[in-house]
Amino acid sequence: MKYFFKNRLALIGFIFITIILAFALFAPKIATHNPAAIDTKSILSGPSNSHILGTDTLGRDIFSRIVYGSRISLSIGFIAVGISVGIGIFFGSIAGYYGGKIDSIIMRFIDICLCFPTFFLILAVIALVEPSIFNIMAIIGLTSWMGIARLIRAEILTLKERDFISASRIMGARGSWIILRHLIPNAIGPVLVSATLGMGGAILIESSLSFLGIGVQPPTPSWGNILMDGKSTLGVAWWLTVFPGIFILLTVLAYNLLGEALRDLLEPRIVANERIESK
Amino acid sequence: MAIVECRDIIKYFSVQRGYLKKGAGVVKALDGVSLEIEEGETFGLVGESGCGKTTLGKILLGIISPDSGEVLLKTKEKQAIFQDPYSSLDPKMKVRDIISEGLILKKGSKTRLLERIEKVLDVVRLPKGSLNKYPHQFSGGERQRIAIARAVVTEPEFIVCDEPVSNLDVTIQLQILKLLKEIQEKFRITYLFISHDLRVIKFMCDRVAVMKDGKIVENRGSKEIFTGPVHPYTKLLLSSIPRIF
Amino acid sequence: MSVLKVNDLRVHFRASAGMVKAVDGVAFEIEKGECLGLVGESGSGKTLTALSIMKLIPENAKIAAGEILFHDINLLALPNDHMRGIRGSKIALVFQESGVSLDPVFTIGHQMTEALFTHRRLVNRKEAKEIALEYLNRVHIPDPLKTFYDYPHQLSGGAKQRVGIAISLLNSPELLILDEPTTALDVTIQAQILDLLDEIIERHDISVLFISHDFGIIARMADRVAVMRNGKIVEMGMKNEILSNPKDPYTVNLLESVKALSWR
Repeated sequence: MKYFFKNRLALIGFIFITIILAFALFAPKIATHNPAAIDTKSILSGPSNSHILGTDTLGRDIFSRIVYGSRISLSIGFIAVGISVGIGIFFGSIAGYYGGKIDSIIMRFIDICLCFPTFFLILAVIALVEPSIFNIMAIIGLTSWMGIARLIRAEILTLKERDFISASRIMGARGSWIILRHLIPNAIGPVLVSATLGMGGAILIESSLSFLGIGVQPPTPSWGNILMDGKSTLGVAWWLTVFPGIFILLTVLAYNLLGEALRDLLEPRIVANERIESK
Repeated sequence: MAIVECRDIIKYFSVQRGYLKKGAGVVKALDGVSLEIEEGETFGLVGESGCGKTTLGKILLGIISPDSGEVLLKTKEKQAIFQDPYSSLDPKMKVRDIISEGLILKKGSKTRLLERIEKVLDVVRLPKGSLNKYPHQFSGGERQRIAIARAVVTEPEFIVCDEPVSNLDVTIQLQILKLLKEIQEKFRITYLFISHDLRVIKFMCDRVAVMKDGKIVENRGSKEIFTGPVHPYTKLLLSSIPRIF
Repeated sequence: MSVLKVNDLRVHFRASAGMVKAVDGVAFEIEKGECLGLVGESGSGKTLTALSIMKLIPENAKIAAGEILFHDINLLALPNDHMRGIRGSKIALVFQESGVSLDPVFTIGHQMTEALFTHRRLVNRKEAKEIALEYLNRVHIPDPLKTFYDYPHQLSGGAKQRVGIAISLLNSPELLILDEPTTALDVTIQAQILDLLDEIIERHDISVLFISHDFGIIARMADRVAVMRNGKIVEMGMKNEILSNPKDPYTVNLLESVKALSWR
């Protein structure tokens, strides 16, 4: 734990995510205005004392919309990654533990899924179904589990040869018990790293979809659809593009820094253990 | 009365050659092995690396199945203690959960769980505070005690010890071996003791089978083998041990 | 006339729990032609002592104090390029598992001749190969020419250890450090390698530092014995003295455990 915070960049990432989390949890207290409040007198006004980040085409306060938008970004991130981790662990652990035909079938299935150009698949599906927040979460989750499945499978392939697994088998444990109680807790490390990085990815996808108009629909504020507004007004109202853009950038960066720090935290332990093992 | 018996066990392992898996070779890990283990005794299995002793141990426990031959195990109450105290315990589990796993898996043994775990901690001479700690907080010898506790708490009749002290310092080795003997007397357990170290085998075992290249070359009482070995390989093994006194 | 003299060596180690005094005031001498056995259990600091003599300690360790005198030259004060001239030629080290210290992508012959070129500038390829084959012969490799062109993974553990010993001898070392050279080997192979080492030590009249946790091996190989525990030498003396009349309680305990497990 102490090592984690020795890494200054990780600390910055962690603090930033906490800030965004605070935005999401305490939005009503932090936002300066009602994000849906239309004010025709202040259309497209730049950063000022009353609107610290400016207003959009309907006079709505950008800062407040960004604060409320953090709820969308974070929740889509958590749930989409949650879905992909859930599916990934399920397929990966079954493939890794049981091996043989089951493993081959699952791996070929993963190969097929990886052949689809993910973003275009998402576009196509969203075009068919209505672009609700739930659909977006689901579709991102359903198209990004493959990497995690492979990670878990690789970890389990090495883990299942270890003596403590043999010990459980001798005591009569069945596959599901071994997978849930022993293999997954020990294999979860790389998955955590991947999941953290995946949060950043989910935010980017959501922002792209909303930017294109097929993601979160206004008036619900999302960082992506504020950008969408900014598309047409770039010349006169740079703040509509720059501020949400900065938030997206910093949040994704923060997740990446956290993910890397997690990786550094987990890797050295593996190396250190090996050094202790040899006499 | 033989508690474990096996007849003409043969086991092959396939070996891949090269990247293209052409001409996959086959290794005969066990080439017609038969033995009997009497109830209450400590039976030793000794040999160098690759002789098949660990494979035989796994077959007798039922973890792998032989390609031919039969195994007769007169008891379902079996357990194992492994060589590497660093990989035989789940690093993410507390000692309490590690030891109690066997009891939980066994139907109808959940009664008085804590009581039984504490009792077995006494048997292996570990402090009660160990229950809430993780394996990495213990030394190699202590971890082996935890492994022994895990094996013994379910009251098995047959335990396979696969090189249980090979990774330990010699002073600790002696402690653990004495503990194993003590436990055997108290609870009347039958041991299959696998090792490459003849000195340890001599200390622990009543009867010994010497293995080489998947076959048993000599199978006699422990005293007889050490005072008068018959097979040339046994003689070679004995003469290779560096002597101090 | 001592070949090696270690004075008050202290090596500190940065572990997660804090700083560890892995070697804590170790001192000993090795005379020409003698074999000093360093015996201790895991964590006693014996390997780190050997690595310190070669100045090959790991990154998170540092030599905090002491002198290592090789024929009156203090190795610890020597600049790196001078040390490189000594390491691998005048002082050689054989590890526990030569398989790991051999580069898997180069042939045995390549690695042996490389060791020669590093220290003997005047040798050409043909001569280097001949020298290498000669040494493979001396370590009783059955087919030296074939082994010369083999890769490490094609050799057995015992063969790799013989190659490791051959490489250490190539540049005629005065001091040979052996760190658990037979621990990873089967007991019958171990006996063969120890026989080989006996022969080599006698033939080349080399001084030896032999490190092991196995008192039996130390008893067989060493003239004098030093017992290490927790970074300190607790007892040192002639082999027979230590074996028959140990004074330090730790040594007594160690020998009793060994006796209990011996196969008499």
